[in-house]
Amino acid sequence: MNDRRLERIIGRLLQTGVLLAAAAVAAGGTLYLVQHHSDRVDYRAFVPGSQDMRTLPGIVRSAAHFNGEALIQIGLLLLIATPVARVAMAIIGFALERDRLYTVVSLIVLLILAFSLIHFT
Amino acid sequence: MTAWEFTAVVWILSFAAGFLGALTGLGGGVVVVPALTLALGVNIKYAIGASLVSVIATSSGAAAAYVREGFSNIRIGMFLEIATTLGAIVGALLAGRIGTHALAIIFGLVLVQSAYHSFKGAPDDGHPVESDALARHLRFGGSYPVNEKRQPYGVRNVRTGFGIMFGAGALSGLLGIGSGAVKVIAMDRAMRIPFKVSTTTSNFMIGVTAAASAGIYLSRGFIDPRVAMPVMLGVLCGALLGAKVLVHAPVRTLRAVFAIVILALAIEMIVNGVMGRV
Repeated sequence: MNDRRLERIIGRLLQTGVLLAAAAVAAGGTLYLVQHHSDRVDYRAFVPGSQDMRTLPGIVRSAAHFNGEALIQIGLLLLIATPVARVAMAIIGFALERDRLYTVVSLIVLLILAFSLIHFT
Repeated sequence: MTAWEFTAVVWILSFAAGFLGALTGLGGGVVVVPALTLALGVNIKYAIGASLVSVIATSSGAAAAYVREGFSNIRIGMFLEIATTLGAIVGALLAGRIGTHALAIIFGLVLVQSAYHSFKGAPDDGHPVESDALARHLRFGGSYPVNEKRQPYGVRNVRTGFGIMFGAGALSGLLGIGSGAVKVIAMDRAMRIPFKVSTTTSNFMIGVTAAASAGIYLSRGFIDPRVAMPVMLGVLCGALLGAKVLVHAPVRTLRAVFAIVILALAIEMIVNGVMGRV
């Protein structure tokens, strides 16, 4: 394992994650539009939606019932997970390079991300 | 407006924003938020939620290419991400407490800075080859491709850069933007890293920074799937196309035009915020 190889692996990981997320969002979006295309929409007022769209268990539960909006959220969660996976990959890569300093640096970033995502969702 | 019409209009606006954002290097977020709030009357909290999501998509998509070409410095990026992710959490928590009018005014002020940055373009001053002690300790120095050869560079002022990066992260979390312009200032001006390395490393960091505030946005209900879907897909498609035509575009003229558009949006955003109409 060297820096160039690690960079290439990270590059591919980012691309795959974004494509998967976009596919899920597009599928969910199609489903949503088929079901709701002529609904009147107005987003002037901020109303935090139901828990079903704001927490991980809620989103997964609704997506299992083929809810288009929940499927979009699944895609967005995949998208959010992509940079997190990139940091995890960097930890493995730096560890394989026996670069202790940057293994620890990457680990700190992952802990901050994990704290934020777990604490708030 | 029906859901179908809204989705189509937002997709087209986002596509244009992503395209221009990629061509000018400013990112799509700075245009998407004012476009949604001013043109379509979308609440700014939904707009910044959707923008944050699109920022993760474009930065990860473009980073893949830059990282492979060997421009971005993953050590510098990783280290400074400690500052940006902490800042992003603070910013996102603040966004939940600040009123929409104040958010609009702050957004407008950041747009003014972006417009200024766009006018000035890339600085062309020399860069040090030697790193200072702390940067050497962190092994920040590297090299990047210039005309088929690799040009070595050194890094300075790590502490100042780290501090500015915390601020960049806070702005990103507060406004749902990548705040690439501030990240570039931290690396290019403060740490004296070559411009090309600064911009690509900044882009590489944007996704991780945004991911740190995304969980908070989601749980506060800022990320509405019906708004985020066309924004994310539109900006991503626009940015991918923008990256393809990047080589042939008259970038200097484009940046000047873009700067004027941003300045106009900034003024409208601030006026609307002050009058309490956003």
